[in-house]
Amino acid sequence: MSLSNKHLLGLYGVPREDIQLILDTATTFREVLERPIKKVPTLQGKTIVNLFYENSTRTRISFELAQKRLSADTINFSTSVSSTKKGETFKDTVRNIEAMKVDMIVVRHQSAGVPHYLTRISKANIINAGDGLHEHPTQGLLDMYSIREKFGRLEGLNVCLVGDIAHSRVALSNIFGLKTMGANVSVCGPATMIPYGIQSLGIKVYQNINEAISKNNVLNVLRIQLERNAGERIPSLREYHRYFGITAERLEKYNKDILILHPGPINRGVELSSEVADGPYQIILDQVTNGVAVRMAVLYLLGTMH
Amino acid sequence: MDIKAKLIDEVGLQRTITRLAHEILERNKGSKNLVLVGMRTRGEFICNRIYEKIKEIDNSEPPKGILDVTLYRDDFRTRLKQPEVSVTSITFDINEKDIILIDDVLYTGRTARAALDALMDLGRPNTIQLCVLVDRGHRELPIKADFVGKNVPTSLNEEVKVKLKETDGEDAVYLVNAPKQ
Amino acid sequence: MKIVLKNVHLLNPEQNLNRKCDLLIENGIITKIGSLKESEVKDAAVHNFEDKYCVPGLFDMHVHLREPGREDEETVVTGSDAAAAGGFTGIACMPNTEPAIDSAEVVRFIKEQSQNHLVEVYPIGAATLKRKGEALSPMYELFEAGVVGFSDDGVSIKTAAILRHAMEYAGMFNVPIIEHCEDESLANGVMNEGINSTLLGMPPIPALAEDLIVMRDIMMAEFTGSKIHIAHISSKKAVELVRQAKKKGIKITAEVTPHHFTLTDDSIKTFDTNFKMNPPLRTREDVNAVIEGLKDGTIDCIASDHAPHSIEEKEMEFIYAPNGIVGLETQLGLALTELVHKKHLTIEELVMKLSINPRKILNLPVPIFSEGQPANLTIIDPDIVWTADISKFKSKSKNSPFDKRLLTGKSIAVISKNKMFYEDKFINLNI
Repeated sequence: MSLSNKHLLGLYGVPREDIQLILDTATTFREVLERPIKKVPTLQGKTIVNLFYENSTRTRISFELAQKRLSADTINFSTSVSSTKKGETFKDTVRNIEAMKVDMIVVRHQSAGVPHYLTRISKANIINAGDGLHEHPTQGLLDMYSIREKFGRLEGLNVCLVGDIAHSRVALSNIFGLKTMGANVSVCGPATMIPYGIQSLGIKVYQNINEAISKNNVLNVLRIQLERNAGERIPSLREYHRYFGITAERLEKYNKDILILHPGPINRGVELSSEVADGPYQIILDQVTNGVAVRMAVLYLLGTMH
Repeated sequence: MDIKAKLIDEVGLQRTITRLAHEILERNKGSKNLVLVGMRTRGEFICNRIYEKIKEIDNSEPPKGILDVTLYRDDFRTRLKQPEVSVTSITFDINEKDIILIDDVLYTGRTARAALDALMDLGRPNTIQLCVLVDRGHRELPIKADFVGKNVPTSLNEEVKVKLKETDGEDAVYLVNAPKQ
Repeated sequence: MKIVLKNVHLLNPEQNLNRKCDLLIENGIITKIGSLKESEVKDAAVHNFEDKYCVPGLFDMHVHLREPGREDEETVVTGSDAAAAGGFTGIACMPNTEPAIDSAEVVRFIKEQSQNHLVEVYPIGAATLKRKGEALSPMYELFEAGVVGFSDDGVSIKTAAILRHAMEYAGMFNVPIIEHCEDESLANGVMNEGINSTLLGMPPIPALAEDLIVMRDIMMAEFTGSKIHIAHISSKKAVELVRQAKKKGIKITAEVTPHHFTLTDDSIKTFDTNFKMNPPLRTREDVNAVIEGLKDGTIDCIASDHAPHSIEEKEMEFIYAPNGIVGLETQLGLALTELVHKKHLTIEELVMKLSINPRKILNLPVPIFSEGQPANLTIIDPDIVWTADISKFKSKSKNSPFDKRLLTGKSIAVISKNKMFYEDKFINLNI
């Protein structure tokens, strides 16, 4: 069994069998992570570049750890400024890296489509680690893995994404992946944070958080970007928390069996109360561990493909 | 499958398993410090049968596990088909144990090499002893089996096929012509 | 020098002219129309243009020439070359140069650059100083220097107050205000807001941003009684607004670009920055609406919004890449392929929209085919099938989404100012 594409650019259009294979393979790596020596020699001699044009300590560390545990050689290229401002075009930067004979590129960028563009100018396998507000496929996969681990399935589950859907690549990757796997996906958030025409994708929109809690098996709660939204799309964080925040009282009142996911980092007291963030409903730290396993699976499946 | 000869039949296989179990117990002076590790896929089932036999002979139940060596292979770049990985399931401590590593066919020795590396990453065993149903020769690495069910001299354009009831519906070992590339 | 155009299909809707004949041109002047005798054609260069249309020289009223300021992307001369190759004998150039066309000096500079060229270049003046929307440009002085319209193209005229004054002032000499319609506060995205922007996670620009300003401008045109021209109209609702305004007798005209009647935002799925424009490519429904607008006369003309950008600027991450594409050399081919061959417009209607109407909007004389008149014409082969090849474009910039596109119909030759562009060469007819 192999994946049908040599790149992981997003979960849009990725066939069910591919997602299944990644999740099943991740199970293997989840076992490796429990060993005393959490390292296997599988990608020995492979060179992977982590090309990060946007700050992201978590995702980068998770990818780096996954690469090291597969014994690949990794190089980190991080810059928070677009290289265009330094006078070198993105294309030139990539050409330079390509000339160093790399096998895989893990890329994060502020602009949607950069990973797709990379596939046109590089021969390496490209893995999207977040492009603009478009996709973050490994996050989508690790969320699905974590849900599947708890419920033993994805099909038929009711999963709701909560928060700023319009400005979330995590939301889109979850929506595409979960729908392919047969889950019923919905979103919940203030009207200003729901993207145009989302209903036409067969996605239910909740504007009442209590209803979203009572009707779903899983809430995947997104981070409210403080800088981006304060004042522009929501009046205040306080008001957001009051009407859309996940609190223990709400969960106890409306659905005690719910599972809470959060991609991190958490704004305590905004999208999640501290009680929920540390409480029994959530699996936030499992997601982090699963993230390494899922990324190992993706790196393995792409890195050993012919 | 282009069969040239049937090397071992059902009765022969039972006999071989019995002999291997006896040899393992004899050389290790019982089963006290033994653990059995079968290599996916057929090694796992041969391991199960040796386990049952040891239980019968020695009235003991040594720990048994399954090893998947895919992640330790050295042929990712040359093989045409991407190998599928499965979970390794060794739920006991292997430190200071005498491991019987069990597989169906010993050939180039590369799979055994991968298995040794994989086991070393799980701990520091006292010994690792290799047990195979068939040794067909043509080693590419300095590896030798400790327990051999049957030595079969083969040519390079032949293959040894082990069939087990668990996976193939019959118990037998065949010598076949390798499919043309 | 004498030249003869034999067997042309002479077409000029302005004169109700539609006939097959020969044309004799001497020193740039049409000296005979009809059937030419053997004696009349000897010692003349004879071109047999059987089954080709001969129409009044095409005119593109929306071109960015980049000179002064970005001569690496386009100059007055290279842009004019591209225009001639695309079948145009006249163009109007937008004022978003560096410095902007907000002084008589810049107007004169551009006119000087183009004075020896076949293609006539008519500058459009900035409506406000430096196109900043704060103070009026010296509009009268610009008018005297030769500008044919006023615009802050690239952006809308910033406030209703300054727009009002610009329109009242331009009304004194009956020159139109040409508006790029986009509400700035709604337009901080990179593609049309719709299901595709949702799927691609791209910052969206709603059609509402265009519609609101079109609405504002219509009301302002009604209030001031001055002429407004809507540049590159792209949304269904904006077309409807213009249609209703015309019914009320408001002095409003509109243009559409070939990309807005050909492409939709589905193209963005390739993440190719050559599909990034402003206004953004919209939906199939919008494309159908602008075609409908062309058919019923709501949209008066077709203009390219020719916007050259260097490779290094355009080959960038999608959100950082600049807007716009070069269009002079694909415009006629696209219009024939998408509108005439698909039976949305007749060839006469196309000539109205690509030659006659833009000149009328800008108060310029329409070329007339009669003896004694200067020859200003385009020869069109409507049926030739060709492949657009950017590497052969005359334009200095190569940012086109239509590279390798199969088109039907193109310009074979243009004649104006006693010069001819034919078979990839400029020929001086004055010898």
